[in-house]
Amino acid sequence: MQTSSRLVKWLISAPPLAFLLIFFAAPSLIMIFTSFRLPGEFGGLAPVHILPGNTVEDSGLTVETYRFFFSDFIYFEIFLKSFTVAAFTTVICIAMAYPLALLIARSGKKFRNLMIMLVVLPFASNFLIRIYAWMIILGPESALSHMINSVLAVFGMAPVTLLFSPFAVLIGMIYVHLPFMILPLYTNLEKHDPILLDAAQDLGANRWQRFRYVTWPQSLPGIFSGSALVFIPVLGMFAIPDILGGTGDIMIGNLIKDQFLGTRDWPFGSTLSIMLTLAVLGIAGLFSWLAKPVTRIT
Amino acid sequence: MPNFRAKQSSSHRLTALWIVSILVYAFLYIPLIIVVVFSFNDSKLNAEWVGFTFHWYKALLHNHEMLEAARNSLIIAVSASFLATVLGTMAGLAIHRYKLKVLPVLAFTPVAMPEILLGVSLLLFFLQVLNLTLGMLSIIIAHTTFCIGFVAIIVRARLQGMDESIFEAARDLGATPWQTFRQITLPLIRPAIIAGALMSFTLSIDDFVITFFTKGVGDPILPIQIYTMIKVAVTPEVNAVSTLLMLLTLTLIIIATRFDNSMLGKS
Repeated sequence: MQTSSRLVKWLISAPPLAFLLIFFAAPSLIMIFTSFRLPGEFGGLAPVHILPGNTVEDSGLTVETYRFFFSDFIYFEIFLKSFTVAAFTTVICIAMAYPLALLIARSGKKFRNLMIMLVVLPFASNFLIRIYAWMIILGPESALSHMINSVLAVFGMAPVTLLFSPFAVLIGMIYVHLPFMILPLYTNLEKHDPILLDAAQDLGANRWQRFRYVTWPQSLPGIFSGSALVFIPVLGMFAIPDILGGTGDIMIGNLIKDQFLGTRDWPFGSTLSIMLTLAVLGIAGLFSWLAKPVTRIT
Repeated sequence: MPNFRAKQSSSHRLTALWIVSILVYAFLYIPLIIVVVFSFNDSKLNAEWVGFTFHWYKALLHNHEMLEAARNSLIIAVSASFLATVLGTMAGLAIHRYKLKVLPVLAFTPVAMPEILLGVSLLLFFLQVLNLTLGMLSIIIAHTTFCIGFVAIIVRARLQGMDESIFEAARDLGATPWQTFRQITLPLIRPAIIAGALMSFTLSIDDFVITFFTKGVGDPILPIQIYTMIKVAVTPEVNAVSTLLMLLTLTLIIIATRFDNSMLGKS
C-alpha cells in the first residue's frame, strides 16, 4: 500500500514537474547565465574559450552588461517611464472598475452573471484586435480626432494628433487590462456583508462615510490583487507602445524585444530581462505585503 | 427594516453607479463595434462610412497566407491545449494532494510574470541549448508551458471545493488508487478539465507575445500575420479577420458555458 501510493504520487507529479523543469526552470537559468556573458560579433554570444584541461577561461563570465546598464542614465529613465505608465494605468483602472464592480456586486444574482459575462466578452477577443480598434478611433482621420481638433480650432489652438502619443499608449493599456481589475474587485465586493452598511447607517454614517469607513477598507485586498494583475503585465508590455505609441514612447518591453530580435545582443537583453524580473518581484512582494494586514482585519 | 430615507439615498447612489457603469461598458464595447462596422465599409480608409460591402471578406478568402496562418494556429492551439490539459490536470491533482514545494512555484509563476520574460528565455533555450530550428514545435512547447499553470489553477480550485470523505469512502470500500481516480475523481473534476482545455485553446490561439519570440521564419501564424497587417499595411481586411475571430471566440464561449452548466447540473 505504502509503495503503491508512492508510485501514484510519482506518476502524477513527475510528468508536469519534468516538463516545467526543462521548459521553464532551465530557460530561466540559461537567461541568468547569458546575462553574464558577452555578445558575439554577429549577435548571439561570444564563444566561451575552453582551455586545455576543460577549464573555462575567466573572460567567459563577466558583469560587463550590468556595468553598462548602470552606466547609462537612459535605461534608468526607460524603467522609470515604464513604472509611471504602469502606475497611471493601475490608478485609472481602479477608478473605472470600482463603480462597475460595486454595481455588479449589489445587483440581483441573475443580472450579476450577465454583467460579468459582458465584462469578460470583449476581453476574450484577440488582444491585437483590441489595440487595433484604438488605431481606428484615435487615427488622424477619425471622427474623434476631427471633433477634438475642430473644438480646439474654435479656441485658436493648434490641432493635436491622438495616435502615436503617450496618451494613446495609456488608453490602450487601460483598455486591455481593465477586466483584470474589475474581476478581483467584484469577487471581493460580492463577499461584503450588507449588515455592516446597515449598522453604519443606524449609527448615523452618511453615504460617503459608509463608503470611506466600511466598504473601502474591506475592498483593499481586492484592489491590491487587481493592481498586481494590471501593474505587472503593463510593465513588460511591448506591443501596445509598438502599435499605438510614437518613437519616443518605448518601454522596458520594447527595449528587451529590440535586444533579442533587433540588435541581437543576447547578454544585454538578458540583463534587462533580469532587471525587469527583479522589478516584478519587488512589486509583487509590495502588493502582497500591502494586502496582508487588511485581510487580517476583515 | 430600512427606513424611507435609507431607501432613497441608496437608490440615488445606484443611479450614479449606473451612469458610470454604462460609460465603462461603452468604453469596453465601442472599439469592437467600430471594428465590426468598418469590416463592411466600402472604403480603403478606416475613417468614414462610405457604403456596405462584403469585399474585405472576399479578399480574405483569397489570402492564402492568412488561411495557412489560421490553419497553423489551429494546429498549435489544439496540440498545446491537449498537452497542457494533460500535464496541468496532473499538476493540479499533485499540488492539491501532496505537499509539494517546487511544482506549484514552477506551474504558477509563468502565469503571474510578464509574458515577454518567458518568451525571451525560451528563445535563448531553444537556440542555445537545444539547437532547435524555431517553428511550430517550439511554439507548441512554449504555449504548453504557460497554459499548464492555468489548467492546474482551475483543477485545483475544483478539488479544493470537494468533500474529501468521498475519496476516503472509496478507499474504505477497497478501491485501488486507479479505480478511485477513474470512477470518482475524474468524473468530479471533468468540468474543470474541460474549462481548462477551452481556456488553453483560447490563450494559445490568441497569444501574440510568446509566439512572437518562439516562431520561426517559415510558417505564418495568425496573431503574427495580424500584427504585420496592423504595423505595415492597414487595410480593412484586418477588420474582416477581426470580426471573424470575434465570432469564433463568441461561439466558443457560448458552447463552453452551455457545456459547463450542464456538467455542473449533473454533478
